Amino acid sequence: MRIIPFLASAVVTGGLVTVLNTSLVLPAPLGKLLSPQHGVWQNAEPVNKSFSEDLKLPGLNGKTDVYFDERLVPHIFAEQENDAYFVQGYLHAKFRLWQMELQTFAAAGRVSEILGEKGLQHDREFRRLGMVYAAEIALAEGEKDPVIKSECDAYTAGVNAYIETLTESSLPLEYKLIGFKPEKWSNLKSFIFLKYMSYDLAAREDDFEMTNARGFFSDSVFNRLFPAIQDSLDPIIPKGTVFAPQKIFPKAPVGADSVYLNNKELVMAEASQPDRDNGSNNWAVSGSKTSTGAPILCNDPHLGLNLPSLWYELQLSVPGFNAYGVSFPGAPGVIIGYNDSCAFGFTNGGRDVREYYEIKFRDEKREEYSFNGEWKKTKWRIDTIGIKGKPDFIDSVAYVQMGNDWCPVMFDPTFSGKRTGNKKNYAVRWKAHDASNELKIFNMLNRAKNYADYQAAVTNLHTPGQNCAFACKNGDIAIRTQGEWPAKWKGQGDFVMPGTDSSYLWQGMIPQDEVPYQYNPERGFISSANQKPVDESYPYYLGRNYPPYRGIYINKRLSAMNNITPQDMMQLQTDNYDVFAETALPVFIKNMKLNELNAEEKKYFDLLVAWDKRDDVNSQAATIFDLTWNHFDDTVYNDEYAKAPAVIMQPFESSLVEGVLKDSAYPFLDNISTPQKETLADQVTAAFKSACKKAAVLASEGKLEWAKYKHTGVNHLARLAPLSRLNLPIGGGNHCINAAKADHGPSWRMVISLTAKTEAYGVYPGGQSGNPGSKFYDSFIDQWAAGKYYSLWMMTAAEKTDARVKWKMTFSK
Amino acid sequence: MKFLISLILTALISFAACLYLPWWSIAVAAFVVAALIPQKPGKAFLSAFLALLLLWGGLSFWISNGNEHILAHKVSLLILKMDNPYLLILATGLVGALVAAFAALTGAYLRRSAA
Repeated sequence: MRIIPFLASAVVTGGLVTVLNTSLVLPAPLGKLLSPQHGVWQNAEPVNKSFSEDLKLPGLNGKTDVYFDERLVPHIFAEQENDAYFVQGYLHAKFRLWQMELQTFAAAGRVSEILGEKGLQHDREFRRLGMVYAAEIALAEGEKDPVIKSECDAYTAGVNAYIETLTESSLPLEYKLIGFKPEKWSNLKSFIFLKYMSYDLAAREDDFEMTNARGFFSDSVFNRLFPAIQDSLDPIIPKGTVFAPQKIFPKAPVGADSVYLNNKELVMAEASQPDRDNGSNNWAVSGSKTSTGAPILCNDPHLGLNLPSLWYELQLSVPGFNAYGVSFPGAPGVIIGYNDSCAFGFTNGGRDVREYYEIKFRDEKREEYSFNGEWKKTKWRIDTIGIKGKPDFIDSVAYVQMGNDWCPVMFDPTFSGKRTGNKKNYAVRWKAHDASNELKIFNMLNRAKNYADYQAAVTNLHTPGQNCAFACKNGDIAIRTQGEWPAKWKGQGDFVMPGTDSSYLWQGMIPQDEVPYQYNPERGFISSANQKPVDESYPYYLGRNYPPYRGIYINKRLSAMNNITPQDMMQLQTDNYDVFAETALPVFIKNMKLNELNAEEKKYFDLLVAWDKRDDVNSQAATIFDLTWNHFDDTVYNDEYAKAPAVIMQPFESSLVEGVLKDSAYPFLDNISTPQKETLADQVTAAFKSACKKAAVLASEGKLEWAKYKHTGVNHLARLAPLSRLNLPIGGGNHCINAAKADHGPSWRMVISLTAKTEAYGVYPGGQSGNPGSKFYDSFIDQWAAGKYYSLWMMTAAEKTDARVKWKMTFSK
Repeated sequence: MKFLISLILTALISFAACLYLPWWSIAVAAFVVAALIPQKPGKAFLSAFLALLLLWGGLSFWISNGNEHILAHKVSLLILKMDNPYLLILATGLVGALVAAFAALTGAYLRRSAA
């Protein structure tokens, strides 16, 4: 019977190993995770780790030396240009592989493979939007260009060379925590990542929401809530600019207004939307306005704030050029930065380039659809979505040809996005599905020497359209509201359109010589902050919803400034002045019924009156203003929206303030659910009283100060709080140049003074290493929050022994 | 003496095995040592337990110390819901210790039933 204790302990041992090696019982395989030689401890990078290494790798053609400085920024010196992209790919993978994987899985609709069924809704939506379809088209176009093909091949080979070195213990932390393995990189993945940027920057539309608003509200109410013109607009291309003669004359279909747009049937589908505030600031001042006589270019793209950061800083030095700036882990080249001759930066164009068309199928089989009076044949794309721990999900997506373009029927009775119960079919026509060669822009900008080179580079940019700022050592400054933009008739694409008739399709693209731009303007600066690019004299329709405020303030400040230094520009980039508050606060102060305020409310009111309209870290007034504004907005509109459908457009942010400034008897002020007639003073006072109640609660929790109230944080991409940096002491907000919101804001601040020896500054809220166990994981965040910059070092070959060089990697074949 | 030799051998073989093999090779190491070196099952259990408590606890402490506990702060919050690097180090030691101890016990019983 001696065998019994043996068997018993063998079973216990086997059980223990199984439990600790899997997630069957415990939430994580603790044995695997905690083994000091395999698990997470292997990601605890020694703080004095040396990054120096000599590598011999097949696929390289010459010698490449990489010098890392004290911030772990690599300065890549390659004998051959393509080797530089190979090494860039290798370093992106070495420091950011998990992020590259997650972002491309998310973009391609493959999240369920990692997360299981809870990713399915996202995956179906992204596939139905045609993300991979778009990437395949872009890949085919990019690979037609031998320069881009070899650049991508080298980059992909570099990523894969690093992936091949990985063992169980050297896997990035997140692979261990979540339990999956890296997949090989491919050129297609780089294009999938770039389409993710297109989604982030050029997928915003409100077609369903606006269609329902148009159906729900009367015409006059609708036009007041969603005005086509913003009174306060100060466009990117100043008013009064004469545009090139119009060559395309888009015609609105007969009856567009009366027949279709007054459709009272509600839409029951809802698409996910990228952040409304994916915006940015950029500007350049000419030498006539600077202390040195050399132009200065500044850029701060506002994007989701994540760890690891979207950006990876580096220098590429090759025989053809020498460029420094930030790159996208996932793509070759420097994206925003400068070279030995010039600097370049971007803000989002933000125009609506994604339309929905209602498709009429012959029957439920959806094999044929009606177009221009004929029945045409559907094409099918069968998507197999892998789900962790479950059988695959097969999704069949119909594609219909509209004009020359095949468009996915994104919403149909089997899929309503974030809603349920949709019975109709909506095809999506998205500009990002069109062939274009976006990587070419950066390949050309990195080596651009002058304005002509810049122009030749950026005209390759079709989608996502960007306001491209440029400054050059020869003194030139310029901005181009670049993109391949549909030439629309007035109102086209604001609503869901009929898909049975080619008259509702885009009738052409705005010719490139009609794309508004400015080159060395007399006012001595160019700027953009996502406001509407032009005024009403521009012949094409550009939509109605743009954020006007940051642009107003930037232009006002730049006009007034002279003898500008880089330090002045850094101060401007981190300026917390709230120009929206400047517009709206007088309405509150003037219309407050002071006699109705109690002592505590009076105290808060005095704070508002004394406020300098700066959203500074410790400002209590900034919080009170924000609370009051939100309550005011609710008080004014909630009654009108009380019975509105769930999918509906909320009024533009500028509608209310411009409405009450223009007309103190603004019709929405009256609460339609009460018998009496409310006035502006009634509503302002009621809103303020509600705001004071909230303020008192916040004060008792010690959270009335602006930074504590808005709690800006940089979230880990998988939303794991211990790997995030939350509650940062940073001011600014939505309407400030320093647009730091809760999880969104200036993702890379850059100031480049193009003196003979370039003076450059930059900072991003992250760190060069994506490893949460590295001291370089979040090393820039405090500097960023404090509004401080690093001096950017364009290293020369002669500086190899400079004290700033801490480590050296060599690559050869 | 056998106790000490078992302890040291278990730790050494575990360390060497984990350079090339999955983490659970510590169970094989403890099992083999206990099956070859005659000890009472209780002592075999204890020697292997201590061997891995010291090896995994020591290794993780040494790594974490060199890392100034950057990772351990974060991972202890993630896994243990408490910000305490030393608790994570202790948990690491205990996980290894338990697996090795039961594997050694199995080895000792095997030796006894074979004898």
